[in-house]
Amino acid sequence: MTLLSVQNLTVRRGECPVVDAASLTIGLGECVGLIGPNGAGKTSLLRGALGLLPYEGTSSLAALSPKQRAGQAAWLPQTREIAWPMSVERIVALGRLPYLARGARLSPADQSAVDAALTRMGLQNYRTRLATALSGGEQARVLIARTLAQDTPLLMADEPIAGLDPAAQIATLQVFETLAQEGRAVLTSLHDLSLAGRYCTRLILMGAGQIIADGTPDQILTAERLEEVFHLRANVVPTPHGPLVQPLGVIQ
Amino acid sequence: MKLFSALVILTGVMFLASLFVGYAAISIPEGLSALIGRGNPLYVTIMQDIRLPRALLAAMVGMSLGLAGAAMQGFLRNPLAEPGLIGVSGSAALGAVIALQTGLAAAFTLALPVAALAFAALAVGLILLLAGPRGSSLTLILAGIAVSAFAAALTSLTLNLSPNPYAASEIMFWMMGSVANRAMSHVWLALPIMALGWIALAGLGRGLDALTLGEDAAEALGISLSRLRLQLLFGTAAAVGAATAIAGAVGFVGLVVPHILRRFAHGRPSTLLWASALGGAAMVLAADLTTRLVLPDRDLKLGVVMALIGAPLFLHLIYKTRREIA
Repeated sequence: MTLLSVQNLTVRRGECPVVDAASLTIGLGECVGLIGPNGAGKTSLLRGALGLLPYEGTSSLAALSPKQRAGQAAWLPQTREIAWPMSVERIVALGRLPYLARGARLSPADQSAVDAALTRMGLQNYRTRLATALSGGEQARVLIARTLAQDTPLLMADEPIAGLDPAAQIATLQVFETLAQEGRAVLTSLHDLSLAGRYCTRLILMGAGQIIADGTPDQILTAERLEEVFHLRANVVPTPHGPLVQPLGVIQ
Repeated sequence: MKLFSALVILTGVMFLASLFVGYAAISIPEGLSALIGRGNPLYVTIMQDIRLPRALLAAMVGMSLGLAGAAMQGFLRNPLAEPGLIGVSGSAALGAVIALQTGLAAAFTLALPVAALAFAALAVGLILLLAGPRGSSLTLILAGIAVSAFAAALTSLTLNLSPNPYAASEIMFWMMGSVANRAMSHVWLALPIMALGWIALAGLGRGLDALTLGEDAAEALGISLSRLRLQLLFGTAAAVGAATAIAGAVGFVGLVVPHILRRFAHGRPSTLLWASALGGAAMVLAADLTTRLVLPDRDLKLGVVMALIGAPLFLHLIYKTRREIA
């Protein structure tokens, strides 16, 4: 079953297309990594697919009503914002907002979704801490927990592991991997190619607004592609945990 | 829940104090029977025609300003935002000043508030035209600042060209803000408009909660931002426009009240909405009581007292925040 189907999606900034006729589908059980250099159009593709930007083409998510979409896909934006000094638990509980009737309190089911999200992100002991008083990396984990609490079939995240320490990066990607194994799907952009190769079941490579390649990590992460798209001279070492990318230098 | 009961009790006490503190010493049982039209006819007149409208209007104005302040801060995700930011109060003041200047206000009692409301409505139209119905929060603020500045300029121009020093001083005093010498007709004029504003603003809670995570995340949580913006604009215009039309410019309520109560509302914008409504009512009632207790024979103005209370409170809050951040 497909959770997201995007056909010929074009997103323009002014006249210039920042996403150019991109097509992709995401099915159950997939953890898809969206990779590409800065400015390749990763964020615009994700936001366009959600219908958060004006777009041309079709996207199955953008076609839904905002409320239905919130039940289908959770979205973690790149900018991490926690505007008010609220406790970690209250921030995570915002993920239940689409399911709450106006003014209603959290039901036991909502509360257990919040608890599960806190546990998955290792935040059980942070419940009552003020989210605004946490470090940047901890805030990032709180916001990921918020999207997990939304409990949707599809999770879309924009650079969720940027700024996290190595253990937290791996822990987060393991959560995504587990979600996929449980029969959900994840679509996430990220810059760490080795981690992408290790934890994603599939990679989509973008460059200059276009989807250049779409396939398994072994197919996508090749020295030639890294040279062509990332302008990177790199060693790609196949390992049992997926291809290991060791960047060596920049190609001028 | 504790916060709710505390604020309800506080507002209730302030309301009763507002009814029973005044120039004429009326005991509580006498006052209560006078309120329902029994007993000494003089007391009946004082309670029903002077004190009741005054207390009601102070509570209504405070509620409107507190609620609109909390909504504006939640929407802009900025603790320095206040309801005057979108130019509605400045425009309402301009309408009132023109009514005073042209003598329309003297011609019939409700001319002043009606003119103020008309100008507040005009300001909303202008802001929508400038910012566009789908404009971002930044364009909304910029349009509001432009409208406020223009309204302030026209108000100054009206004062400048005023041939009559009495009219000018009357305008100056009106602009200081007051709920004294108002009648029940003012209540009946303002209440339906304010109530519409309150309903619109109270419905923002969910959207404002979601906006804690930023505009993108809020939209992905199923919130329509363009609808939220329109609802905020109309709600603020109705509540604050009507408040300004009745009481003149009363500053600081919309800024300080949400600021004080945010901690007690656990930072949650939806809780802060109704908390600030009650807190605002209590604060304006208290400020109005102050005008009667301090210098009762000098007609101290509500807006002046509010600013005198509000500014030091705000300084204290800034000082505390600075220590928390450092």
